[in-house]
Amino acid sequence: MNERRNKLVSILLNNMPMLLFVLLLIAFGAIAPESLQYQNIENAFKQASYIGIVAIGMTFVLLTGGIDLSVGSNMYVSAVIAGLAMQRYSVGAGPALLLCLVVGAVFGTINAIAVTKLRILPFVATLAMMVSGRGVGLMFSKSRAVAFPDPVTGLGSAELFSLLPYPIVIFALVVGGAALLLHRTQLGRQIYALGYDKEVARKAGINADRVQAAAYILCGLFAALGGFVSVVQLGNVNAGFGKGDEFDAIAAAVLGGVSLFGGVGRVFPGVVLGAVFIQAISIGLVSAQVDLYLHPLITAAVIFSAVLADSLRNTYLKKLSRRNIRLEV
Amino acid sequence: MTRSALEFDRVSKSFFGVAALSDVTLSIPEGCLLGLIGENGAGKSTLMNALAGVITPDQGTMRLFGVPFHPTCPADATRAGIAFIHQELNLFSNLSVVDNLYIDGFPRLCRLPIIDKRKAYRQAAELLTAVDLCLSPATPIELLTPGERQLVEIAKALGRNARIIIFDEPTTSLTAAERSKLFQVIDNLRREGRTIIYISHSLDDVLRLADTIAVLRDGKLVSTGPGDQYSANRMVADMVGREIAQMYPARASAPGPESVLDVKSLTQPGMIKDISFTLHEGEVLGVFGLMGSGRSELARIVYGLDPFKSGSIRVRGTDAGAPSPIRSIRNGVAFVTENRRQEGLLMEAPVSENIDLSSLRRYARYGSARIIDRRAALKAARQMAESLQIKSGSIDRHRAKHLSGGNQQKVVIAKWLLTDPGILILDEPTRGIDVGAKYELYSIINDLASRGTAILYISSELEELTGMCDRILVMSNGEIQAQFRHSEFDQESVLQAAFRGRTTANQTEANGEN
Ligand SMILES: Nc1ncnc2c1ncn2[C@@H]1O[C@H](COP(=O)(O)OP(=O)(O)OP(=O)(O)O)[C@@H](O)[C@H]1O
Ligand SMILES: [Mg+2]
Repeated sequence: MNERRNKLVSILLNNMPMLLFVLLLIAFGAIAPESLQYQNIENAFKQASYIGIVAIGMTFVLLTGGIDLSVGSNMYVSAVIAGLAMQRYSVGAGPALLLCLVVGAVFGTINAIAVTKLRILPFVATLAMMVSGRGVGLMFSKSRAVAFPDPVTGLGSAELFSLLPYPIVIFALVVGGAALLLHRTQLGRQIYALGYDKEVARKAGINADRVQAAAYILCGLFAALGGFVSVVQLGNVNAGFGKGDEFDAIAAAVLGGVSLFGGVGRVFPGVVLGAVFIQAISIGLVSAQVDLYLHPLITAAVIFSAVLADSLRNTYLKKLSRRNIRLEV
Repeated sequence: MTRSALEFDRVSKSFFGVAALSDVTLSIPEGCLLGLIGENGAGKSTLMNALAGVITPDQGTMRLFGVPFHPTCPADATRAGIAFIHQELNLFSNLSVVDNLYIDGFPRLCRLPIIDKRKAYRQAAELLTAVDLCLSPATPIELLTPGERQLVEIAKALGRNARIIIFDEPTTSLTAAERSKLFQVIDNLRREGRTIIYISHSLDDVLRLADTIAVLRDGKLVSTGPGDQYSANRMVADMVGREIAQMYPARASAPGPESVLDVKSLTQPGMIKDISFTLHEGEVLGVFGLMGSGRSELARIVYGLDPFKSGSIRVRGTDAGAPSPIRSIRNGVAFVTENRRQEGLLMEAPVSENIDLSSLRRYARYGSARIIDRRAALKAARQMAESLQIKSGSIDRHRAKHLSGGNQQKVVIAKWLLTDPGILILDEPTRGIDVGAKYELYSIINDLASRGTAILYISSELEELTGMCDRILVMSNGEIQAQFRHSEFDQESVLQAAFRGRTTANQTEANGEN
């Protein structure tokens, strides 16, 4: 009896992101039933796809117990360089995407070197990259908006088999790839191991620096990809592009159950729901015509309560998982 | 004539100018079990760390099966067939058993970088069977008992087909059953011709297992030879550098009449049931029980770390209500927990700060400004460190994380002793501590008792309890099964009581695993 209740509680607590998501849907349904149309839900996913991709990159780094504050600047630099290449040298969409990803990976590599070789704290190293990265981007763009040509921006509204918008398709591929990498490759398992304790990982024969570096490089790569997916929808890159997105990405990951201490969290469904969640709140607030100045406050309150619920959950789960030593009849 | 599996030739290592190993020359024949002993901080773990590539020696060479061997990282040693089961187990508790077994080399799907999950699970299941562990390979490590974790480490060594296996104090957190299972597994490994190095402070175990014994003192090899040339006395003499006549110092005082801790019908479902006892001023009250008997749970509840459903706890006649650690400290109750490393140390802080931590209040000066008199605090810490023989560099600079395992244990004990508690709860205080320091700790306990401190002494070493206590409570299945006064101490009946009610306890354990 008691057993069963405990089991139920622990299942609910373990699926907190899912539960929050359902609660959110119910809330929207109650306040504004029309918001639950298929079109709106598709929109939420579409708009969430870019932040979701960035959040997945962020997840790699968070799992190692680090943090990457530079993803917003990374998105900006890589998009600006890709855009300029298309404008000036009229490269096609494919090569431009490739260039964008290369820039993102280089950006991530610099972070990786700073963290693993120069042994700078991730927070500090990526903060420096956040500031200097945007500076470099602004140098290239001369602070002007960079417009992407039509064939690329057309992709933003195009649909695969006229069914699914491309941003969602790319998001889905990224989710699948990341889940495969984290759970079915040695690198993925070692990322989790590193997040538990770096010294223990080293003693277990893991090349800890290499794994850590891989996480930052992947994070940079996904940040650039996320940026590209966003530009494709927006059409151009202005000087503030990506600013603040690092925090949305971190919030999405944490909402999805990724621990800031490292070693715990899943891409699917956790981080995916986290990203959609954040996007859904803002869409919901707009369609409910809430005062614009209240948006950040409400979003913050929701994130705060989700994280609070998460920490309560951990304490409670720890209690539940203690073994009993007596059999009570 | 068997060849040498391993030779150390004049190996030296110092940390911050202090020698941890000097000129160690030692050769271990293939297929032999070497018992490596020495006081806390003698350099046992350091020597093994050098072999396993965790540190690089400053000087000297090592040879593995006759070939020079200079590992620069742990992976080198693993590749060479060396498995090191660390003093503090080296497992990832956020991951599953399979992940831990293969974290540095998963089986792959046709050379792709994708893990062959089915193969990994099958092989893992085989390895677990080989060490006699009935678990799903998917079980997360955090749900395993210390004994099960130990066996997972051994399974990992088997999976690598390690030729040399190092056990650094493997029995410190095992139940009696787990310990004999471990010995069986070790015997099997030896029969298969593997070379084993076994480090332990339990001299009986070493005598029983070892073919060869080597003794380290202050980083030097002081003696080595076949196991049958050693007696417990010789081992102690070699380790400490002098004879120790008796194990337990004599008690000069007797318990007073006043009761300081009164526990009545304490019950917490699933943990303990209907526990009542009284602890008197100046009394050393032993609690004996096998692991899982509820002894540690009782201590945690009395101290206020865990809740209880019914019953009462009275400290010096007043009801303590639902205790919390803060209230306990205020009531003068101190608790040395069983998991000292996890629960009791600031790893990055110097030794002295760790020792002072719980008694800083006493060194607050200048009225309400409460500025700490650092010099007085440091002096007190130094005295305590000396009396427990903590082996460390200058204690105000040496960080806790750089102490040897046993010395870290001593620091936690020192911290609580320094609070000068009215009631002291000790849970397995001598675990991982060498013979000399044990004697010192016993003397300190006797001294505290003679000054009126009431002591609740939890241990799974019966001999220790009979040597130290005025009374012994025997627990099993979360209940007190029997009580013995000093004059009635009798190994046989205590053990019998401890095993009473075990069958149901085992059922519960099995249930817990589902
Ligand atoms: N990383 C380190 N930095 C500084 N000093 C160290 C370090 N590792 C070990 N030491 C010192 O070297 C000495 C030997 O330590 P070691 O861990 O080998 O002892 P041990 O024989 O294993 O003792 P125990 O029985 O307590 O485990 C100790 O005095 C310890 O303080
Ligand atoms: Mg040691």
